[in-house]
Amino acid sequence: MAAVDDLQFEEFGDVATSVTANPDATTVSIEDPGETPKHQTGPLRGSGREEDDELLGNDDSDKTELLAGQKKSSPFWTFEYYQTFFDVDTYQVFDRIKGSLLPIPGKNFVRLYIRSNPDLYGPFWICATLVFAIAISGNLSNFLIHLGEKTYHYVPEFRKVSIAATIIYAYAWLVPLALWGFLMWRNSKVMNIVSYSFLEIVCVYGYSLFIYIPTAILWIIPQKAVRWILVMIALGISGSVLAMTFWPAVREDNRRVALATIMTIVLLHVLLSVGCLAYFFDAPEMDHLPTTTAIPNQTVAAAKSS
Amino acid sequence: MAEAEESPGDPGTASPRPLFAGLSDISISQDIPVEGEITIPIRSRIREFDSSTLNESVHSTIMRDLKAVGKKFMHVLYPRKSNTLLRDWDLWGPLILCVTLALMLQRDSADSEKDGGPQFAEVFVIVWFGAVTITLNSKLLGGNISFFQSLCVLGYCILPLTVAMLICRLVLLAGPGPVNFMVRLFVVIVMFAWSIVASTAFLADSQPPNRRALAVYPVFLFYFVISWMILTFTPQ
Repeated sequence: MAAVDDLQFEEFGDVATSVTANPDATTVSIEDPGETPKHQTGPLRGSGREEDDELLGNDDSDKTELLAGQKKSSPFWTFEYYQTFFDVDTYQVFDRIKGSLLPIPGKNFVRLYIRSNPDLYGPFWICATLVFAIAISGNLSNFLIHLGEKTYHYVPEFRKVSIAATIIYAYAWLVPLALWGFLMWRNSKVMNIVSYSFLEIVCVYGYSLFIYIPTAILWIIPQKAVRWILVMIALGISGSVLAMTFWPAVREDNRRVALATIMTIVLLHVLLSVGCLAYFFDAPEMDHLPTTTAIPNQTVAAAKSS
Repeated sequence: MAEAEESPGDPGTASPRPLFAGLSDISISQDIPVEGEITIPIRSRIREFDSSTLNESVHSTIMRDLKAVGKKFMHVLYPRKSNTLLRDWDLWGPLILCVTLALMLQRDSADSEKDGGPQFAEVFVIVWFGAVTITLNSKLLGGNISFFQSLCVLGYCILPLTVAMLICRLVLLAGPGPVNFMVRLFVVIVMFAWSIVASTAFLADSQPPNRRALAVYPVFLFYFVISWMILTFTPQ
């Protein structure tokens, strides 16, 4: 019987006491906390066995809880690994797009919409749509601007599609890579509250580019003032989404570094939008028309006088 | 040896007569032939037919494939919910359509320095890589369609847009002008809608219902880009 006493099951009564006694121990939470006090009142042997059974029976729930935290368990060379990045439903994608269009101060896009389920569907297809939107709108706006000119021959500038694709995809993937590397480096120096995984940063950047799709379509309007107002609005919305997402991540850092990071993020965004506007959309040269009408008048006047 | 065997099915009954008693009366080697052909007459005819496609004339081989392609064209032009495109997929139709479209869309080599329309290779790459990307997207979202079935459907549903390209080229022979443009715009829009309806009829069922819009949107984008290339085609 001494052997059985030695094998007596240890009562894990209070989580608090066990944590203070042994701070390094990992505590496993059993699913029904209401049942454990009942077992404690029973006879020791019986309670030991029942708790044993309960631990064994709830082992699956512990395992499922652990597995739910780590989703990507397939090796990276299998197809299932990449399927975990597309594990979104239609309404989730719409919610994320809505979140990128309506930045609420204080609400973090990643925390609110993406948390632990970053997807690659949104970034990839938003970038693809943006590439074609910019190329097609640029082409269309150039056509409308030069519509009356006799010397203008319309060409569908197809090369611009590849240039647009390179720019947009480089922005959507390389800038998050650089930002993620920078945040990891600062994270090793300063203990941050919030740290984002690479995919979450790609997700934020991808969804923040969504506002540029209607902006690019509206850039067809050949008025400089309209175009610049649209740039301001789009920059305001997507820039604030990005700033509000990354501010909690750099807030703990040195004041200057934090401000510099946010300024760089916004500056790159400004460069992207202004660069696209300047390269793909010709300036609406409305002042050319009066000169072309003035010159024939002058030549007619010169002919009359001579 | 038959007497030694006992059927495992009856544990209790011990029959006095051994099982398969009558077999020992039969002399195996002479009365029952143990070699020969196990053939069913109809089966052998089919096997003959299969093995003789090597011997048939080239004309019948080509006609058989062309008829299969033509049948699928009919299914695309009158889209019903049918399995034909999915069950017997082939990539001949998409190849023919893609080559035709790329040949008609390419710009003349005379102005290849100027920034103009797409080259043959660009159209080809857009169509095939676009189709591959859409197929990968559909499979990653959890669709249960095979890779080549999806390529086959997407390729065949370019048929209405190829017809639109032919019509546009004919209309452009009449000379440029706004009426010309409106006619082309109308034709391209109708054919674009037709392509989308045809491909959605085949592809939408393979997706889980809560992701159907996510899988259909890239198809929409794909056909939109091809329609744009057709609409903005200007002959030199």
